[in-house]
Order: sequence, then structure tokens, then C-alpha cells
Amino acid sequence: MNGISSGFGAWNPIAWALLFLGVLAVGFAVRSLGKKNYKRGTGQTKVFLSGNEEPEDSAALHVRGRHLYWGMVEGLSGYYRRVQALHTGVLNDYAAWFVGVLAVVFVILVLAR
Amino acid sequence: MNIGNLPFVVAALLVVFGIYTFLFKRNLIKLVIGVSLVETGVNLFLVTLGYRTGGIAPIWTFAPEAERMVLPTPQALTLTSIVIGLATTALLLSFAVFIHRHYGTLDVRKVKELRG
Amino acid sequence: MTALTNHAPVLLIAIPLLGAFAVPLIGKLGRTARNTFVGFIAAITAAFAGLLAASVFGQAGAPSLYVLGGHGFAVPLPSGMSVPIRILLEVDGMGAFMALITALITLTGAFFSFSYWKGRSGGTLFYSLLMLLTAGIFGMELTGDMFNFFVFLEVTSIAACGLIGFRVWLKTSQEAGFKVMALYTLSGLFVLLAVGLLYGQYGGLNIAYLAGALTGSTIDIVALGLLLTGLALKAGAVPLHMWAPDAYGEAPAPMSAVLVANSQASLYGLFRVLFTLFGLTISVAALGWILIVLALLTIFVGVTMALIQNDIKRLIAYGAVSQIGYMLLGVGVGLAVSVAKPDYGFVAMQGGIFHMLNDAACIGLLFFASGAIVRATGTRDLNRMGGLAHSMKWTSVLFLVGAFALAGVPPFNGFASKFLIYEASFKLSPFLAVIAILSSILLLAVFVKVFQAAFLGARQEGLGGEAPMGMMVPMVALALVVVAFGLFPGFFVDRIVTPAVNALWYGREAYIGLVLGGG
Repeated sequence: MNGISSGFGAWNPIAWALLFLGVLAVGFAVRSLGKKNYKRGTGQTKVFLSGNEEPEDSAALHVRGRHLYWGMVEGLSGYYRRVQALHTGVLNDYAAWFVGVLAVVFVILVLAR
Repeated sequence: MNIGNLPFVVAALLVVFGIYTFLFKRNLIKLVIGVSLVETGVNLFLVTLGYRTGGIAPIWTFAPEAERMVLPTPQALTLTSIVIGLATTALLLSFAVFIHRHYGTLDVRKVKELRG
Repeated sequence: MTALTNHAPVLLIAIPLLGAFAVPLIGKLGRTARNTFVGFIAAITAAFAGLLAASVFGQAGAPSLYVLGGHGFAVPLPSGMSVPIRILLEVDGMGAFMALITALITLTGAFFSFSYWKGRSGGTLFYSLLMLLTAGIFGMELTGDMFNFFVFLEVTSIAACGLIGFRVWLKTSQEAGFKVMALYTLSGLFVLLAVGLLYGQYGGLNIAYLAGALTGSTIDIVALGLLLTGLALKAGAVPLHMWAPDAYGEAPAPMSAVLVANSQASLYGLFRVLFTLFGLTISVAALGWILIVLALLTIFVGVTMALIQNDIKRLIAYGAVSQIGYMLLGVGVGLAVSVAKPDYGFVAMQGGIFHMLNDAACIGLLFFASGAIVRATGTRDLNRMGGLAHSMKWTSVLFLVGAFALAGVPPFNGFASKFLIYEASFKLSPFLAVIAILSSILLLAVFVKVFQAAFLGARQEGLGGEAPMGMMVPMVALALVVVAFGLFPGFFVDRIVTPAVNALWYGREAYIGLVLGGG
């Protein structure tokens, strides 16, 4: 009924939402097949941290924003070193980019004539 | 005497000098002067667009005998642009004053806390 | 009602302008009076934008003309041609669409700022600048005259920089204000140079008149280059984007979203120049590919730079820069193929233009949520926040909605527009769709980083509570827009986006004919 088509594909969010609810319902059905009688507060509900003890100061466990994607930033460090160095913060460089792009656009437009 | 296309050349030179100043000078006030030079060049260009050779001022009241008048529209455009330039320069200079108050320097290469 | 609708284009500019100059006077009567007045003006403006959109979309997006100052606007020359002489506001489907976006963002921004300024002084001048910015943005979107466009461009530049540097006691905001003002002024002057060149060559300033008179001469190409670069700087395309994180990051939280609306208005100006003013008189393949290259750079550099930021508002600002790239990509693909006009070009433009609305709503929601976060924690540093989900449940849910929507996760509205962009750009070149999809995933990663850093974790001491109701209501309103546009995209694409795309893609003759044919 409603939905957008792109010429080669279609997207109907109502159908997607119904499907999503259906999958959730299946998930709940599977969950309800589990054990219902368990004792809270004992070892049955404790968090499993690969056999280690859960630290007392849970605030120290919080991975801060800076460290969350360090692996990806390390992997792309060549790219980041160069691109972050280009963002100098100096106004003259910003204007240099402006004049540079202006020159390139002129060259392309004159060549494409 | 025939000045030909000289005003256009001067306007282009002013714009080029203004861009040069903006690209290569370090003092914030000099950057504002660079912007002001570009503005002046563009205004001169606009006024020159309206000039017709031998034309008189475009005012009908008590107009002397002449065969043509210069165009009034570019003069209106230039006035608007001058006023906009005034507001812009005032804002830029007040920011420069505050930057000097906070950073203690007007060197644009030292005012780069926001980078990356 | 019809009389009001007829005058809606000029009232959309005049009412915020009146508000901007009346607010300092009404502010003397007290805070409540000022807030009521500002809310009233914002609501009236949004109502007029809705009326204008209803009337324009009601006639299938055909352009409608408003002559400032009189009925007759065509002066017949001895040669038989007639020259339009007054300032004309010409609103077609695209202009009405942009007016809707601006009305949404400025309305929610104004209401958000009521609770932002509670307990602080200086709000009166802030509202004055905000309404000046609103008037300028509406002027840019509704005008049919190139020099009028430049004037409103400069009005928005000055008001925006005033808002960026508003908090004069913060050193970084002054630095941001200077840099942004200098760059805006320079780009505005190049736009004026281009307008002057076109005026000198063809003797007119009206967009429709110039469009009818343009040939592909060298002067036109110089003017096009200047206009393209100047407006691309103001829109925030990489590599001209470096002012954008400073600007969006240092402005007060309610204003960052309105600054994004400002950039989108410049993007609209770029599209108007490329499609309506120049049309097919220049090599659209080259221009389209310039836009596509700019778009790819913007998308990729924007999102990768967002990943390494430590300041929450700067991070969302880089996300906003990246999304401008999606709009450029969709419209660039459309422009590149606009000679042959295949179906996927139309779909790409639908995606790009629909994304303008979706991005405005999502970025508004994210900036408002960041404003609530900064208010609760007192800091903008992501490394010092944590555990806010315990005390700010609603804000975390709304932030999640905005983040998922912007990253293109179904069923939100970001997915609907990005789906169109992916599919259509894939048809032109698969590499474009690959970069676009990868960057969407990276954007999701970026917002996962923010959510983890700010909301997850153990509850910290000394952090403030839930956002007040005044901040909550605009966020909920934008979230409702996000969900509504996500669940019923077909309805909105057919009613709102397709007339806008038709106005750019097919509507050049109608735009020109309205001014040159009549009179």
C-alpha cells in the first residue's frame, strides 16, 4: 500500500515492521521454552566474565569514548595521520583550500566545454 | 581620454591582492583588511559595470542635455554591498578584539585551539 | 485565507524580520512576555510555511510568483522583448519543500531555546539573531532574484556568526566566530562577483530572465565556477568543510540545528543555480561528476573524522557534514545524467532531496539531545561522561532514535532516503554505492561510540537529571517526524518530494515561462 520503489527494488516499512514483530514473537516463544524456576541472587544469575570475579568498582569498567574504537583508529592510522594533519585550524589554509578548489573547478569546466 | 577597460583590470587586481593578503598574512587584522580589499574590488567591478561612455548621472530632475545616462542598478547593488561589508567588517573586528582578549595574540597560527 | 496564502512568500520573510527587531523592545516587558512573543512568531511563521506548501503542492508543484511592490513587473523594450524589473519571489515545489524544512527546524529550535535560556541572561539578543537568521533563510529559499539571494545569503552569514560567537566569555567560540565569518564573507563576495558578471553580460538579475538569456560563453563558465565553489563552501562540502565542526560545535545547542538548516539553504541555492539557472547550457556531465566527487569526499572524510573526536558536539557536527555529502551524491547523480534523464536519475534526486528533510530532523534531534547531555553533565568531553541512561531515560531513547535514523537503519526515515540514494547511485557506478553504504555503517559506529561513552556504564555521581519538559517536547516532536516519515515514506515522497524533484528536473521551462511569458 505505501512504500517507495526505486525502480529496481522496493521498500515497505509496514511490511518490515510486521516481519520484525513476527521475528520478535518467535524469539519470545523460544525464550518461554526455557527454565522458569531459578533462584535470584545466587550464582545462577551472576554475570560470567570468563571465570573472573566481577570488580567492585564497576565505574572503572566503563570504556571511555576515547578508547572505544582504538583498534580501528590504529588500523587506519596512516590515513588519520595525514587527514588530521590537513585540518590545521589555521585560517590561511582554509582559504588556500577554497582557492584551490576554485582553480580545479575552473580547469574542469573549461576543459569540458 | 579613453580609459578603456582599466577599471575592470584594477578591480581584478584588488580582488587578487585581497586574496593574497588573506592567504599569506598572519595578523588577524590583516586578514580583515584582505577581506575588505576583496570587497572593494567587487564593489568597483559592480560600479564599473554600469558605466556608459559619456553618460551622465542617472537623475531625471534638472538633467543636463546628454544622449545617455549611466545605469542606476549597479549603483544600487554597490550601495547594498557596501552596507553588507560594513556589517561584516564590524563583526569580524569585534571577534578579533575578543580573540585578543582571550588568547593574548593576534597571530592566526597561534589561534588554533579548534583543529582536527 | 486565500489572500493570506497569496501573500505567504513575503510574509514568511517579513514576520521573522519584524520579530527580530521587536524582540528587544518586548524583552523589556519581562521574560515571559518575550518568550510568548518569540513562540508566537515562530508558530505563525511555521503556519505560513505550511500554508505556502499546501498551496504550492496543491497545484502539483507548479511555480507561483509574488511580485514585491506591484502587479506589473515586465517592462517592454523597443525590441519587443520584456524585461522583468521588480524583485520577484518565485516559489516552486523545491522552494516550498525547503520552506517546510526551515519551518520545522526553527520552530523546534525556538522552543528548545526557551528552556536553554532559563536562568541565564542575554536571551533577548539571542532570539533577535535567531529570527534574523530565520528571515534570511526563508529569503534565500523563496527568492527568484540573484542579487536578492546574495543579500539574504549575507544576512544569514552575519546572523549565524553572531549566534556562533554569542557566548563571548568562551575563547573557542570567538575563534570559531572569526573563522566562520571570514570564510562566509569571502564566499559571499565570490557569489556577488558571479552575480555581477552575469548582470554585466545579460543585463538582468532575475533568475528566470538570466536562465532564458544564458548561452554557454566563457563569462557564464567563470560565473558558474564562482557560484559553485562559493555555495559549496557555505554548504560544507569537503575540502571546504573545515569551518563546519567549529561552527556547529561552538554554537549554543538550540542553534546548531538551525545552522544546519542554513547550510541546507545554501545547498538549495546551489541546486537552484545548477538546475534552473544554468540547466543544460553547460556540460552537465562534468558538473555532475564534480558534485559526485565532492560528495564522496564529504561522505567519507566527514564520517571518519567524526570517529576520532572527543567533543560530543564536534562529533555530531562532523556527522552533519557527512550527511550533506549524501544530498550532494543524490543530486549529483541526477545532474550527471540529466541530458538523457533515465529513471534512476529521478530516483537519485528523490533520495538526495528527501535526505535533506530527514537529515534536518535527525540532526536536530541529535543536537538537542547533546544539548540536554551537556546541560546534565556540564561538560562536552566524551571521556568524562558516563552512565547517563540511568537518570536520562527518555533522552537516551530519543538519542538512539536519532542516531539509528541518521545511520540509515530501518524502519526510520534515514533508511528510506538512503535506500533511494544507494540504489540509484549503484546504477551509475557501483563504487559510489559502496562508499555510501560503508560510510553509513561507520556513522552507526560513531553513534555507538557516543551512546556508549555518554549513556552506558555505571551511574556517576554529581550528574544532573533528566532534561526538562521544555527540552523534551521539541525532541519528541522531531522524533515523531522521524518515525512518521520512516513508517510512511511513500506518502511523503509522492506528496512532497516528487514535486520538488519535478521542479528541479523538469521544471526549468515552467520557471522561466512564469516570468517571461506573463507580465
